[in-house]
Amino acid sequence: MRRFSLTSLLSESLRGHTGWGRQWRAPEPKPRYDVVIVGGGGHGLATAYYLATVHGITNVAVLEKGWIGGGNTGRNTTIIRSNYLYDESAALYEHALKLWEGLSQELNYNVMFSQRGVLMLAHNIHDVQSFKRHVYANRLNGIDNEWLSKEECKEFCPPIEIGGHLRYPVLGGALQRRAGTARHDAVAWGYARGADARGVDIIQNCEVTGIRRDAAGTAIGVETSRGYIGAGRIGVVAAGHTSTVMNMAGVSMPLESYPLQALVSEPVKPVFPCVVMSNAVHAYISQSDKGELVIGAGTDQYTSYSQQGGLHITTHTLDAICELFPQFTRMRMLRSWGGIVDVTPDRSPIIGKTPVSNLFVNCGWGTGGFKATPGSGHVFAHTLATGAPHAINAPFTLDRFRTGRLIDEAAAAAVAH
Amino acid sequence: MLLIACPHCGNRPETEFRCGGQAHIARPEQPGAIDDQNWSEYLFVRKNPRGVHAERWNHVHGCGRWFNALRDTVSDRFIETYPMGASPKSDTTSEARA
Repeated sequence: MRRFSLTSLLSESLRGHTGWGRQWRAPEPKPRYDVVIVGGGGHGLATAYYLATVHGITNVAVLEKGWIGGGNTGRNTTIIRSNYLYDESAALYEHALKLWEGLSQELNYNVMFSQRGVLMLAHNIHDVQSFKRHVYANRLNGIDNEWLSKEECKEFCPPIEIGGHLRYPVLGGALQRRAGTARHDAVAWGYARGADARGVDIIQNCEVTGIRRDAAGTAIGVETSRGYIGAGRIGVVAAGHTSTVMNMAGVSMPLESYPLQALVSEPVKPVFPCVVMSNAVHAYISQSDKGELVIGAGTDQYTSYSQQGGLHITTHTLDAICELFPQFTRMRMLRSWGGIVDVTPDRSPIIGKTPVSNLFVNCGWGTGGFKATPGSGHVFAHTLATGAPHAINAPFTLDRFRTGRLIDEAAAAAVAH
Repeated sequence: MLLIACPHCGNRPETEFRCGGQAHIARPEQPGAIDDQNWSEYLFVRKNPRGVHAERWNHVHGCGRWFNALRDTVSDRFIETYPMGASPKSDTTSEARA
């Protein structure tokens, strides 16, 4: 791996940037790996990276059906925060946020992490009470989160309309200043480059079509569109397609896959200083460094794998955006798209063992997986390397749906999902 | 937006409907008699197929009645709708599409 530095930049600029070369190889699959990761999104690539750097396991393959970062990693609205209510979630997302804070340096790759602050708006008394509870719970967990009055919201983010005439007036907001955004593609590319440099094989256009098990039921490898690949351990990190992959091993999952849509506007000069989320009206907005407004909607109501949702969902979101930010009513939208998110009954992820030995799963991130990418990869790498969960992902078992120890962020989010 | 054929009202836009999730989930006759694993599967595990899905819909802003539907989750195309308590005419056993 050629490191990016001031001297390498200067020397390349003199050569017309012709010497950078490919940032990762395109290897042929080997017959067997110690660990095979199914899914080359941010979480899968981060898992491979930490397997190599933290645990010294480099005989690893990441198998990706399409191209890396082409699924939900490239389709989300890049919001990063850690102000979750429950202790288990707070620990998991804060672990990720701390890794984000040093990630560009760690990877020697600019992931454009920007701690511009995430402001979550409250529109009714229930929101106010719920968000204040989040603020206090977060502080007990050492996570920054503060309550802003509506005037303070306006001061922090001037485009917000706080007038009393709104159908859903702004009553205040919860602000996490350390939260923000990052460049989603760069996260996938940075992890891919770092993992590849340490010997991990990133195999694109390689679809897993089956999971082979021996007579005792242990998972021993995967059938793929490029032939059979043996595996010591298998980690499934397939987001919306996790149910499909796990069915290949005979495991039924407590997951449902829904379309989640986002859209971007034409690029304009800097107009929006932070991230604003409104769970109550299902609108999420920030401005990318390229100048586009990045807007997220809620999920569609039915399960689907079509990677597109109904126009009425995005229309509803834009209605809310236009009411909250009247200056954007004349903005034109350039593109909209959908990703398929795997949602668990309690809206918390599943990271750990499965009933099949040597088969592990990291899924169920629902609508909020991007923010967790580094932490998810870090604890899942620990799980794959040692065969046992890290203390942080220990509560996020598949078994919790049997024992009843749910981590009910669905209720904690205090919105209709 | 989907165009959904309510068996009672005919074709109507999706915004008149509420999706009720996977159809034909039978509540165990005697919840006390089954173990936690089976109860958990009844409560939480869903087929979530990439292909034909049997699901319930409620024409909430129309006749207000529930019905079942078969829909392909890859194309979102409805295959048929049929009343509660009935079985679909189409073959649902076909393997989900890869």
